[in-house]
Amino acid sequence: MTILGPILFAALITLPVIITKWSDSDYSVAIVDDTKLFYDRFDDGNNVIFTHLHTDIDDALELLRREKFDAVLHIPEVAFESPSTLRLFTKKAVNINAKIHIENVLKHEFESLKLGARGLDKDVLRAVETNINIQAVRIMRDGMEQTDYPEVSMALGIISGLLIYMFIFLFGSQVLRGVLEEKTSRIVEVIISSVKPFQLMMGKIAGIAFVGLTQFLIWVFLTLLLVLTIQTAMPDMFQFTPDEQVHVTSAQMLNTEKLQEQMDTVQHHNTAAGQVLESLSAINWYVMIFSFIFFFLGGYFLYAALFAAIGSAVDNEADTQQFMLPVTIPLIFAIIFGQMVMLNPSGPVAFWLSIFPLTSPVIMMIRIPFGVPYFDLYLSAFMLIAGFLATTWLAAKIYRTGILMYGKKTGYKDLWKWIKHR
Amino acid sequence: MNNLIQINSVTKDFTGHRALDNVSMSVPKQSIFGLLGPNGAGKTTLIRIINQIIGPDQGEVLFDGERIRPYHVEKIGYLPEERGLYKKMKVGEQALYLAQLKGLEYHTAKKLLKEWFEKFDLTPWWNKKVEALSKGMQQKVQFIITILHKPQLLIFDEPFSGFDPINVNILKDEIIKLKDHGATIIFSTHDMGSVEELCDEIALINKAKKVLEGNVYKIKKEYAKQVFKIELAETSSPVNSIGNQNFEILKESKKNGLTQAVIKINNEVSTNELLNEITKIGNIVSFNEVIPSMNEIFIKKVSEK
Repeated sequence: MTILGPILFAALITLPVIITKWSDSDYSVAIVDDTKLFYDRFDDGNNVIFTHLHTDIDDALELLRREKFDAVLHIPEVAFESPSTLRLFTKKAVNINAKIHIENVLKHEFESLKLGARGLDKDVLRAVETNINIQAVRIMRDGMEQTDYPEVSMALGIISGLLIYMFIFLFGSQVLRGVLEEKTSRIVEVIISSVKPFQLMMGKIAGIAFVGLTQFLIWVFLTLLLVLTIQTAMPDMFQFTPDEQVHVTSAQMLNTEKLQEQMDTVQHHNTAAGQVLESLSAINWYVMIFSFIFFFLGGYFLYAALFAAIGSAVDNEADTQQFMLPVTIPLIFAIIFGQMVMLNPSGPVAFWLSIFPLTSPVIMMIRIPFGVPYFDLYLSAFMLIAGFLATTWLAAKIYRTGILMYGKKTGYKDLWKWIKHR
Repeated sequence: MNNLIQINSVTKDFTGHRALDNVSMSVPKQSIFGLLGPNGAGKTTLIRIINQIIGPDQGEVLFDGERIRPYHVEKIGYLPEERGLYKKMKVGEQALYLAQLKGLEYHTAKKLLKEWFEKFDLTPWWNKKVEALSKGMQQKVQFIITILHKPQLLIFDEPFSGFDPINVNILKDEIIKLKDHGATIIFSTHDMGSVEELCDEIALINKAKKVLEGNVYKIKKEYAKQVFKIELAETSSPVNSIGNQNFEILKESKKNGLTQAVIKINNEVSTNELLNEITKIGNIVSFNEVIPSMNEIFIKKVSEK
């Protein structure tokens, strides 16, 4: 897994790009324009190549049948009045991307023709068009104002929340399997005649935490390395030409207009990137990174103790199911409610779920990028430590009895007895 | 202090049942001590208490006169009945790890292990994974790990299960050698043959209580019931003819021209009187007291109420 993991992750990141590139072959569209209004108004783009045919539609369809083109666009005489008569004929299943592109071009052309018919020019329309994007400004405690970018916080929150969720499951079940292996291979009695059961359990949990962290770092490092290598090896695959970024370019537009629009687009992109950068720098990274490590370790230790208890209580992997459910449900619950928390990161649901130790590691990580009052953070951290001590105490009781029990199927009643036993 | 282990009134309750009920016993130094009893009698619980895996509810365990404490684990070697090894780990690596858990220093452990591996023909398996070993070989590895740190006290729970007769003999020899080198051995088993062969002392536990303890020879003597087995040549009359209230003839048979008889004598009568009577009817070829086997004593004690 150590080697295979990064390869799979790298494939996950790079393959979609490569495959999309491969599938993007040119799509040739023949235009039969009965209105004669659109001659030379279609510009190629998005891998769609237009050809004007000066034949009637039947001849064009004959060419389509002989696969001279991928599609035939028919603009009948009445199209200008009733656009629903427009037809795109294809022999194979239609390429959705090409269809969308053609629709965009047609919409654009129809609109400018109609504007022209009413004596307006396209600049007027452009002047009227307005983009609304409210900047949320938060007033900080020190009275400073700070622009909020909830989208960026959301992305960061969900990524770190999911990472914690994934690690708890991944490494927690590793603890369970480790304990179960020691029990089923019957080595456990030899070892606990040298060390205390509690030491063995904590050693297992701590050991797997370090193995897990090491593996995680190797994964991150190797994945980045692989992705970078692939990108350098095939630079053109990952190069986005400006052509693709500019969606609609009109032949009607003058060269200056075209230039203006392109510049606008570039500028727009710049500001978007700037916003992301700005919002990233607005996040308190010390709190973010420190909390991630704290909640990751805290959540892991809390759950790992429970997983160790389950592993000690059963005889084989199949029997773990009945005990796994109550342990995994709070985690799944956290992920589901995470979406609600993201929409209202300082609401009551967010608050209580980030205090409850079984859900707090995931929920708190979702909240932190939005900014969390220190009181919430400290309370949550305190509760997590208390929760960890509680589950470890509970797990140790189950563990020291369960580890020596063979052959009998354990139920919740037995667990309760073991916990009560002095 | 002549006892390495002294168990004083140990009681252990598990939810629902009592596993040990006021059990006391002493294990003399440099002896092989047999811990006997039917399944579920409480042997393993007692062994786990000595190993400090679990604690007693009442009573105490003394190790060489001192109340047993965590550091004593380095002076104990324990081969549990339910025993195993990490299957995916290499044999040598694992043996080294377990030896170091018992407090041995790395290089000493390695040196000692190499010697024992050589002795038990395990050297070629040092770098193999445990799962590649046969069950018997795994047992040998476990045995080596148990005794490697030269503990004062060795506890073997059913040590011979899973071994073929040849390896059982090798093991028995090693156990005797360990005793000769000064170790004290507690040894739990159902195999009464090996108890007679190896044990100096025994304790018998039944239903959580100790029902018998002592020197094997003395116990057997105690359970001897004045029964003698006699072989006669050239008998003039049947052995039956001397039977009376003092001499009870339990069995009489002829084999290879010899008359064999089993006779129980009354407590007030001496063996000489029996011999006097016997000489009258034939030539004595052999005369032996019938001593009960540990097996018989075990069954008798366990089936008593």
